[in-house]
Amino acid sequence: MAAKWADLSEGMSIPELKKNCSTQQLVLWAAGSGDFYQIHYDKDFAVGTGLSNIIVHGALKNAFLGQLVHDWVGNNGKIQKYGCSYRGMDFPNEDITCKGIVTRKYEEGGKKLVDLEVWTENPQGKKTTPGYATVVLNS
Amino acid sequence: MADAVPLITDEMRATIGKESDPTTSEVDRTAIRMFARSVGHTDPIYYDEAAAKAAGYRDVVAPPGYLGTPVFNPNAPSRRGGGGMFGGPEPGRPLKRILNGGTEIEYLEDICAGDVLTSTSHVANYEETKGSIGDMLITTSKTVYKNQLGKVVAIMTGTGIRY
Repeated sequence: MAAKWADLSEGMSIPELKKNCSTQQLVLWAAGSGDFYQIHYDKDFAVGTGLSNIIVHGALKNAFLGQLVHDWVGNNGKIQKYGCSYRGMDFPNEDITCKGIVTRKYEEGGKKLVDLEVWTENPQGKKTTPGYATVVLNS
Repeated sequence: MADAVPLITDEMRATIGKESDPTTSEVDRTAIRMFARSVGHTDPIYYDEAAAKAAGYRDVVAPPGYLGTPVFNPNAPSRRGGGGMFGGPEPGRPLKRILNGGTEIEYLEDICAGDVLTSTSHVANYEETKGSIGDMLITTSKTVYKNQLGKVVAIMTGTGIRY
């Protein structure tokens, strides 16, 4: 199932990854990442800062994009670089759809490299976390 | 507003490129599994030593975004700062709010359970700009992670927004 160099072309989409965070997942992430800022699990605190609800951690969405790319590459390669910007808030119990397209396929220094545009989308179709990735493939 | 005091002060400019004290972060199996579980990873290389080894790794693999767990020190004066996204001198005009603008990680070597990472951070750049949320100070910081062999394993670039 892993991505194969020969099968790739620029412009192709990679399989989507659907996420929908329960409040429990946000607490798991707080523990897993060490980010204990209360706006991510304490609604009273979040509302007190002017938010309408608790919000999903930006870094968790970054990690979702990492999973999106990793699951696509499988064990046929590695992520060399990836990043994203936090442009919009996402909320618990709402779909976060992670998507990506191949933007460039090239060889450099004997390495098979693929650039991707990746992002998360909220239920309204807004890209809340636009990003990018570069992966190196074995074959 | 043309003659407003600049947000970026000389004191701030002087901190650009200055390396922070090193931070030690441990990469261990239990923490990797917790991180992987909290994301929802299903690849066994993040949970199982044998699966990781079968895939060519030394041990359970650090998932994307996991760069070890900083060794907690209850007596540290501040758990943030020292050239990080939120530390450093105050801007020329008061700014009340902070946003995490973005994250980039470049991987240079595998990071696996058992590794001990040492990282130092520095402010790479300050930028003053005007956005839909008003005046913004954008701080770009870089953190370089080395493993126990002294090899650079990852470089993280963080963007902090104060407004």
